[in-house]
Amino acid sequence: MLSILVALIPGIIALVWQFGPGVLVQIIIALIAGLLAEALVLIVRKRNPLPSLLDGSAAVTAVLLAVSLPPLVPWWATVFGVSFAIVFGKQLYGGLGYNPFNPAMVGYAVLLISFPRQMTAWLPPLEMASTTLSFSDCVSIIFHPHNALSFDGLTQATPLDLLKTQLGMETHLDEIQSARVFGGLSGKGWQWVNMGYMLGGLWLLRRGKIDWRIPLSFLSGLYLIAMFFFLFDSSLYPSPLFHWFSGATMLGAFFIATDPVTAATTPRGRLIYGALIGLLVYVIRSWGGYPDGLAFAVLLMNFAAPTIDHYTRPRVYGHGS
Amino acid sequence: MFKLWPFKGGLRLPSHKQASSLAPLQTMPLPKQLIYPLIQRNGSISQSLVKAGERVLKGQVLNSTEEWSIPPIHAASSGRVVGIQSFPLIHPSGMDGPCNVIEVDGLDESVEFNGFADYRTVEPQVLLDMIHQAGIVGLGGAAFPTAIKLDPPKPHRIDTLVLNGAECEPYITCDDSLLRHFSEEVLSGANILMHILGVNDCLLAVEDEMQESIAALETAQSNGDFRRIKIVPVPTLYPTGGERQLIQLLTGREVPAGGIPAEIGVVCHNVATAVAVHQAITDGEPLLSRIVTVTGQGVRNSQNLLARIGTPIAELIEVCGGYTDSVQRLIMGGPMMGVALPSDAMPVTKATNCILVAGQDEVIVDKQAMPCIRCGDCASVCPVELLPQQLYWHVRAEQLERAMEYHLPDCIECGCCDVVCPSHIPLAQHFRSAKTKVTRKEQEKAKADHARLRYDARNTRKLNEQMEKAEATKRKRELLTKMAENHKSG
Amino acid sequence: MLAVLVLSVVFASFGLILGFASIRFKTDGDPLVDKIDALLPQIQCGQCQYPGCRPYALAIAKGEADIYQCPPGGDVCVKALADLLGLEAKALHSDLGQEPPKRVAVIDEEKCIGCTLCILACPVDAILGAPKFMHTVIASECTGCDLCLPPCPVDCISMEPVNETLAEGYWTEPAAGLH
Repeated sequence: MLSILVALIPGIIALVWQFGPGVLVQIIIALIAGLLAEALVLIVRKRNPLPSLLDGSAAVTAVLLAVSLPPLVPWWATVFGVSFAIVFGKQLYGGLGYNPFNPAMVGYAVLLISFPRQMTAWLPPLEMASTTLSFSDCVSIIFHPHNALSFDGLTQATPLDLLKTQLGMETHLDEIQSARVFGGLSGKGWQWVNMGYMLGGLWLLRRGKIDWRIPLSFLSGLYLIAMFFFLFDSSLYPSPLFHWFSGATMLGAFFIATDPVTAATTPRGRLIYGALIGLLVYVIRSWGGYPDGLAFAVLLMNFAAPTIDHYTRPRVYGHGS
Repeated sequence: MFKLWPFKGGLRLPSHKQASSLAPLQTMPLPKQLIYPLIQRNGSISQSLVKAGERVLKGQVLNSTEEWSIPPIHAASSGRVVGIQSFPLIHPSGMDGPCNVIEVDGLDESVEFNGFADYRTVEPQVLLDMIHQAGIVGLGGAAFPTAIKLDPPKPHRIDTLVLNGAECEPYITCDDSLLRHFSEEVLSGANILMHILGVNDCLLAVEDEMQESIAALETAQSNGDFRRIKIVPVPTLYPTGGERQLIQLLTGREVPAGGIPAEIGVVCHNVATAVAVHQAITDGEPLLSRIVTVTGQGVRNSQNLLARIGTPIAELIEVCGGYTDSVQRLIMGGPMMGVALPSDAMPVTKATNCILVAGQDEVIVDKQAMPCIRCGDCASVCPVELLPQQLYWHVRAEQLERAMEYHLPDCIECGCCDVVCPSHIPLAQHFRSAKTKVTRKEQEKAKADHARLRYDARNTRKLNEQMEKAEATKRKRELLTKMAENHKSG
Repeated sequence: MLAVLVLSVVFASFGLILGFASIRFKTDGDPLVDKIDALLPQIQCGQCQYPGCRPYALAIAKGEADIYQCPPGGDVCVKALADLLGLEAKALHSDLGQEPPKRVAVIDEEKCIGCTLCILACPVDAILGAPKFMHTVIASECTGCDLCLPPCPVDCISMEPVNETLAEGYWTEPAAGLH
């Protein structure tokens, strides 16, 4: 679990570099809320909270959720999301190992549905920001959201947001992508964050901490379907690489979908599981109601994981072909 | 290069073999006592043929020997029978059982042994009986009667003999030692086995790390007529020494679930068994001794010992310089599949390949197990491609039928899943216990079905008796009425 | 009017199908009784207040008997029955005694007078003997039901616990606390 937190560091550095230190404040809030929630539930369940707190799973959930949130989301949203993730997403099912759904994504989905306005208010990346926020600015905005009014142009649509709304208005893709927020592989800022996560993820793979099948099949699935539509009509559908380095792709591929508790467990099952998440992410991004679809794609596939496992049992030695 | 067919999963484990393999093979001095459990593989108790006070000679049969499934046990030296005493058995149950105890007189007088100068002139059936009479069982650890294995059911055509010299559990080096010191006997035994089975191919698997053994075998091979035997170095990967895994590795064939290797044309024997067969056929000498590895941090000198079967383990430890201060646990077998021994009073049996005197760092501490996080590491190391975590799930919920659907009986209990489990769940132990439960359930079911049959049969019988009785009464009444009528009319 | 006609035809045809099915797919005996009987331990001890396992199974199937009346079957049996019948598993009926250990009847052959009363009582014909001759129990057939104890006029039958042998399984579960 500790290595997962370590592997998140490059992504977090990129987040801080591009979107200011708000994410650090969120991580601190989430950690405190997550560990408190975990300890409280365990005490209510009359269990010793120490082993669970030390296994790091609550911390991982908290940090994963914190880095998925817009950096300046109000503190109560973070606290609510993390507590919901730990209590309803994990402990009510019996704690670590028994939860069918990825707790961080449960928290994220609940927040997104409950507070859509706050949850889509992302900051502009470094290159476009009109103001540079200091750590204390972030703290003050997170704890007193109306302080944000004193800053100008603080929030901005993400590239995925923009894409969705503009395509809805039948704007040509080239025109949309000429907007300042796009650039490089995907969007300014976002590509660096995704690269940071990818770096951490590759390190995890190298260390053997995560299974290679899910990231590989997820990214290939996303790439293939994106490539198909891109070749079909490149004026409507952005390139596969745009999808790879947008939104939460890399975070999802290496850190969220690979959560062993909620993923499929058989070798073939994991390939199917990852690929289907990739497809779902694309489907939700392209035709769904939300700009990014990782949380819903993962949760939907969590539902399907036991069935996938059931139909992909490996052939046991001596049982014919 | 011989083509290998690697099996899935498996683990590279630290070997810990240096300590015992570097020391020379030592022959144990005559023990003071010899102890022979009367319990058999299938749990039945065999009849003792000797009485307390009787003098027995080396090579004399101690128990009754009617069935091939119960090979005889021979006294390994001459002495006086003390009688039948209760000793703890080498068995995970830790139960006590009756044992024949012999006080050794030191004369080592022997019955006369007669072998065949040329086995090729002898019918295989005669040789098989000789192997049974010599009390030979599989010396790899499972102790399955060798004669039965060499006489597979008729429909199966055997084409390959596999000799297993790949002891892949860490610490154990008894086969390595045997291959180095008895290489010629191994090859000669292989020839005899091939003659009995009527096959022309023999694959002798040796771990690739056992270079000296391979060299010794190659030298021996060039000195005699052993052309049909192929020496195959195999990777040192646990559990390559498992019969099914080795057969898969060498031939690419899989033993059908619940079946025996003969079904796919293979018979597999341990190299030590081949040596025992050689001695039984050419010298007429029954199985009296075997090589035992004594090793671990808990014993002063790790080494291989040529010990008489029946020697108390305590005497082996003594010859190895006794216990060190760090001794923690006695294990028979290797660290992965061995059985913990409650004391060192019990004897070396035909199945004793290794006495691991585990020290502080070697005992697998029972760590507090954490919940399963379904990481799937267990599935990736399982050599039979089970899904241990799903199995574990069902076993814990006592859903034995579901566990059977996930092929619980195919688990070879190698313990690879235990080693890699990040939550320290003792998976193999759970599976063994579940298998036990399944067996018990099946036994109970069989007993209940039998009782039901007898109950039904009794009810039918009683019903028939009643009906017959009613019939008889009716007939009697009719007869009486008739008689009365006759009387009236008459 | 038409609706009534159509409905009548539909329902009549349903009736025909059902009637046909009940003849075509008729099963001999009551499969439920067999299923229940298969779960009972077949000790035939009568502790359930029925004269044997099958009568008890019949009574359960009819709904006359409860599922927690079989002490030899123990909680395992209650659970299995509850699973089969979709009922809630309960603890064993306390009046009927606890789950006994496995036992086998042994006749003290010195004392036996050869009265054959036990032979008549044995539900599985596990006692061998003739009038005025010593009787003996065939241990492998004995279910340990205790029914031969009361009729014996000289109290020469005792119930001995069955020792576990190595032939049975032997691996135990890992210690508690280890998952």
